[in-house]
Amino acid sequence: MKDYKPVIGLEIHVELKTKSKMFCQCSADYFGAKPNMHVCPVCMGMPGALPVPNKTAILWMQTIGRALGCTLPKHSKFDRKHYSYPDLPKGYQISQYDEPFAVKGKVLLKNPYLKGGEKEFHITRVHMEEDTAKLIHQGKDSLVDFNRSSVPLVEIVTEPDFTDADDVKAFLEELQVIVRYLGVSDADMEKGSMRLEPNISVRKPGEVGLPKYKVEVKNINSFRFVKAAIEFEVKRQIEILEKGELPKQETRGYDDVHGGTYSQRSKEEAQDYRYFPEPDIPPFEFSEKYISDVENSLPELPSTLLTRFVKEYGVKEIDAYILTRDKKTADYFESIVLNDKIKKAGQAVANVIINKKIATSLPAEKFIEEFLKLGKPVETDTALLDTAVTTVLGANEKAVTEYKSGKQSVIMFLVGQVMKQMKGKADASVVRKTLEEKMK
Amino acid sequence: MLLGKTVKELKEMIDKKEVTAEEVFSFFHERIEKYNKTLNAYLTVQQKGTNTAPGVLSGIPLAIKDNFCTTGVRTTASSKVLDDFIPQYESTVTGHLKDAGYELLGKTNMDAWAHGSSTETSDYGATKNPWDITRSPGGSSGGTAAAVSAYLAPAGLGSETAGSIRQPASWSGVVGLKPTYGRVSRYGVIAMGSSLDCPGPITLSVEDAATIFQTIAGNDPFDATSSPLPTEDYVKGMKEKKTYTIGIAEEYFEGLDDDVKKALDTSIKIFEKLGFKTKKVSLLSPQYSISVYTIIQRAEVSSNLARYDGIRYGNPRTHFGSEAKRRSMLGTYTLSYGYYDAFYKKAQKVRTLIINDFKRAFKEVDFIIGTPSPITAIKLGDFEKYPFFGELMDKFNEPGAMAGIPGINVPVGLDRNGLPIGMQLMANYFRETDLLNAAYQFEQETNFMGVIKKGVTNLK
Repeated sequence: MKDYKPVIGLEIHVELKTKSKMFCQCSADYFGAKPNMHVCPVCMGMPGALPVPNKTAILWMQTIGRALGCTLPKHSKFDRKHYSYPDLPKGYQISQYDEPFAVKGKVLLKNPYLKGGEKEFHITRVHMEEDTAKLIHQGKDSLVDFNRSSVPLVEIVTEPDFTDADDVKAFLEELQVIVRYLGVSDADMEKGSMRLEPNISVRKPGEVGLPKYKVEVKNINSFRFVKAAIEFEVKRQIEILEKGELPKQETRGYDDVHGGTYSQRSKEEAQDYRYFPEPDIPPFEFSEKYISDVENSLPELPSTLLTRFVKEYGVKEIDAYILTRDKKTADYFESIVLNDKIKKAGQAVANVIINKKIATSLPAEKFIEEFLKLGKPVETDTALLDTAVTTVLGANEKAVTEYKSGKQSVIMFLVGQVMKQMKGKADASVVRKTLEEKMK
Repeated sequence: MLLGKTVKELKEMIDKKEVTAEEVFSFFHERIEKYNKTLNAYLTVQQKGTNTAPGVLSGIPLAIKDNFCTTGVRTTASSKVLDDFIPQYESTVTGHLKDAGYELLGKTNMDAWAHGSSTETSDYGATKNPWDITRSPGGSSGGTAAAVSAYLAPAGLGSETAGSIRQPASWSGVVGLKPTYGRVSRYGVIAMGSSLDCPGPITLSVEDAATIFQTIAGNDPFDATSSPLPTEDYVKGMKEKKTYTIGIAEEYFEGLDDDVKKALDTSIKIFEKLGFKTKKVSLLSPQYSISVYTIIQRAEVSSNLARYDGIRYGNPRTHFGSEAKRRSMLGTYTLSYGYYDAFYKKAQKVRTLIINDFKRAFKEVDFIIGTPSPITAIKLGDFEKYPFFGELMDKFNEPGAMAGIPGINVPVGLDRNGLPIGMQLMANYFRETDLLNAAYQFEQETNFMGVIKKGVTNLK
């Protein structure tokens, strides 16, 4: 079994949170809206209606592309992808085929939880398309809600670089963090603004190149399920390969109730999308200035911040990782450590933030005030302490005996008891010292 | 009193209060009631005018091809698939006409989905040519051309993919302007070949063509392919006295009917008399355009018709006529995996060659002279004898349509059977002012050899 090697590539869809839809002026914010309220002739595919591309959506998509290390070609275009389904009012989806807005990227995973340290994964392409309408099945009826039709959708395709379900999960988590850093999408799996489709196959022992088949898994709506689906598929496919057979090339669905995958569509039914350049939208020629502006607009990304937090503020890598999981926390952390009063006590601030000792919802000044208080030793009232120690020692004779017979760890229990008596207004080390002296 | 008056003349009469807008509307409405049974030019007729917007067209009723979406007025593209379709929105072009005060007289017949050059593929029956009702008015804008020719409207709108304005204008003996691709918005025009489609006016005079073109031209934020270039004052520009160099390309004189050839030769002499220069130029044979145009147009058709999937608009796909089915099948085939490179991609490469060919020629001359049709109107039913009838009939229009350059048809005489002959001038991109200028000079000099007047009055 050990010599079988999973080969996994990913397709990820991210819905952009632009104000308007991809090709019309309707609101793109469909979540929770009454069906068919955000519609017009364009997103309903009425006869004669024409698409006009949303510039912001394209810019945001290119920003994602750059954040994933992609090149932004100067020339690009939209294409029509044909298939027939009730959620696709034009009978084709406006997408990109051979000249996407972003190509050939890579993502460096710096995740201290990852086996084997830093890893690099390659991005094949990032392209722009429109979302479909939503089908609602009610009893015998199927209803169409066009509110989602033509909402900007970004598709990210990776190389089949992954060999491990944990790496996939870590990569997807990083991708979600990056997209949220850019502020272009909620990347919320539950709301469907981030959707995952792994392509899974298994390389036989001694096999070179890509396996002769691949299985695409759909309907996955959490990172946990993507890991489960991959593990299930790899096991299933190895079992087939063990028998000397080749798994079918097909699309499978993930069943989160039973934890497995099931066949949805086989290769025989695979579709020919009849791509051709969208004649309603002229091709794009981007200037060098435009492309460098996209690049310059990028915020500092989580992996860069992580490295910097370790280097500049002496934060432990694992803590820097936690701090950089969302931009707000990372920015907050940095605003604190850069304050003169803090004197770059990076790790201490990190500890306080991570352990939630002080709320990060506080204004920075207030946080710093609280933080400085934390650092100061607590004044201990010695008279009160004497009384408390006497009381605690008297009430816990068993513990005292144990301590005296050599079980020194009992002292922490006693310290705790004294602290309780003192209502926390004592320095723990002073308490310990006093206890030790009394029990000598 | 009103019979045969141009848009300009009607507008002057209304402005001088010699006639009211209501009277003008009723006049045309009565003529439609009387003659449409014979001609079948209109599919939907409006009962009265409702537009009160003041403008250059206020009180002027027009015939609109049935592929322009008109809010609240049935729009079928002459296909039973859209038999009950009442648009919820207005095409940009008819919206401009509305803003200018026009009245919608009715929606005119066409080849179903604009697939054809005779108006015979309409699911609502063929339109008859007012010059000879046993003949076709041409197509696909045959309904508008016949309506204008028979004076069931003073003017109207057609649309071209390759020849659908110029060829019916030629066969019906009226003026037809096909603008530069992107000069007039396609928003709300039921798509045929999206990279080619172009709305334009069909009129009795060059000035009317200029006026309507002026009203509908311009950038449209709802059409990404519409040009951002500013429009010109076409009516004014048209009347400046200018002389031009007319290019004569042998390739555009091949296979012409003798009478058509003679009429073109006469036209060239008239231009020379007007002080125009002529120059021989060589262009790629229009022959090459037939296959290139067929592939690109069919591919786009197969894609554009995909939305009529039977889920909406009432009628299922079984309501598609045979021509639409044939076109969808061929287009689907050429776009199929493994065939795309051999057909569509190759066709686009040749298209680039055609564009460059015209650009080269227009460095030497202002216009290319020719005809929108090698023959005059054919008998109804004859088109079935020719496979790819439309493509062959429109071979002189296809290269220009592929390149996206403008062209105009003007009547230049009658053939031995008393049928109108059309002459066309093609010009470089956005040179509509010059096209109209030359056509206007020709009209002033010849009064179109009396063709238009005769067309208006001979219908019994």
